[in-house]
This record gives sequence, structure tokens and C-alpha cells, in this order.
Amino acid sequence: MLFYSFFKTLVGKEVAVELKNDVILTGTLHSVDQYLNIKLLTVNVVNQDRYPQLTSLKNCFIRGSVVRYVQIDPKDVDTELLQDATRKENSPQVGGGALMEDKK
Amino acid sequence: MEEPLDLIRLSIDERVYVKCRNDRELRGRLHAYDQHLNMVLSDVEETITTTEEDEETGEEIVSKKTRSVGMLFVRGDIIVLVSPPLRTS
Repeated sequence: MLFYSFFKTLVGKEVAVELKNDVILTGTLHSVDQYLNIKLLTVNVVNQDRYPQLTSLKNCFIRGSVVRYVQIDPKDVDTELLQDATRKENSPQVGGGALMEDKK
Repeated sequence: MEEPLDLIRLSIDERVYVKCRNDRELRGRLHAYDQHLNMVLSDVEETITTTEEDEETGEEIVSKKTRSVGMLFVRGDIIVLVSPPLRTS
């Protein structure tokens, strides 16, 4: 859920999504869901000569599983907040793991 | 409880080395990760290694391309290994 929340804070910002087939799409992040599927608006395809079939692309849905990277403008990210949230989400005390531990 | 992901938790706000699929390597400062190994890295240097075979001699030509990215989300399913920063002390 950490990255779902993270991407929700980036809604409306410009991002570049690099797919596993090397296509890079830039555009405005419209929405994201729990699978990290992404909807982009005003899409531009980087290296358009290589992918002429994508020239007419304006808005698109990207399945989360085909994403390799998402490039983000560093000024859109609060790294302190992100680190604190990561430590909280992954702290040893949290989660169902305790069920399996021996009771002393 | 100790678990493998503890190593990565202790690398938050440190520069890490990440080896990915398709001969890609990343070096950058780790800000966030989850149990899938999705990550956010900053000041990233990506190195892509490509090997081509010379048609005449059959020799392998190894070339490396690097690029820099300010802030990058990396999807966990391409990650092969994560190594914490080398300590020189």
C-alpha cells in the first residue's frame, strides 16, 4: 500500500513511464490503483520514430506489471516523509508474522 | 525476528547497488521499498551492458551505456539483488 499512497500524492504531476519493452511514455499522472496500474493523460512517446503506431496516443491505461521504471521530478517527492513511511510499514513489530513466533 | 529484508531496511537513506534483469544495474540512494522490492531511488546511475558478436571474428563486443535519473521508481519484479553500500572503514 506504500507505493499506492506514494503515487496518489503524484497525481497531476508529469512523469515518464518506462515499460519493459523499452517504450517510454511521458504524460500527466491521472490516477493509480492498488496494482499500480497507471492512467496517463496527454501522452507523448519518447523516440516516436521507432514506434510510429503509438503516434496517435493521447490518453492511456498502463497495466502495472509491464512497468519497468517511473521517472519522477525530484522536487515532487518528500524523501523524509517517504523514508519515515517506509520504516513504519516495514518495522518488525507490525504485521501478522508474530502469529508464528514462540510464546515465552 | 531476523529476515532478509532487514538488510534493506537498514540501507534506507544510503546508496545501494541494485542488479536488475536484462543486464541493468542501478546505483542510487534508497528512500522507499516494500515487500515486492518496489523501490524509490534518487540520484540514480543506470548502467546497461550489451554484448554483441562481431560477425567476422566471432568476438564478443561488450559495451556499457550509463544514464542518470534524479528520482526513479523501480518495479520490484525486475530486481535480482540489492547490496548495501560498501563501507570503507
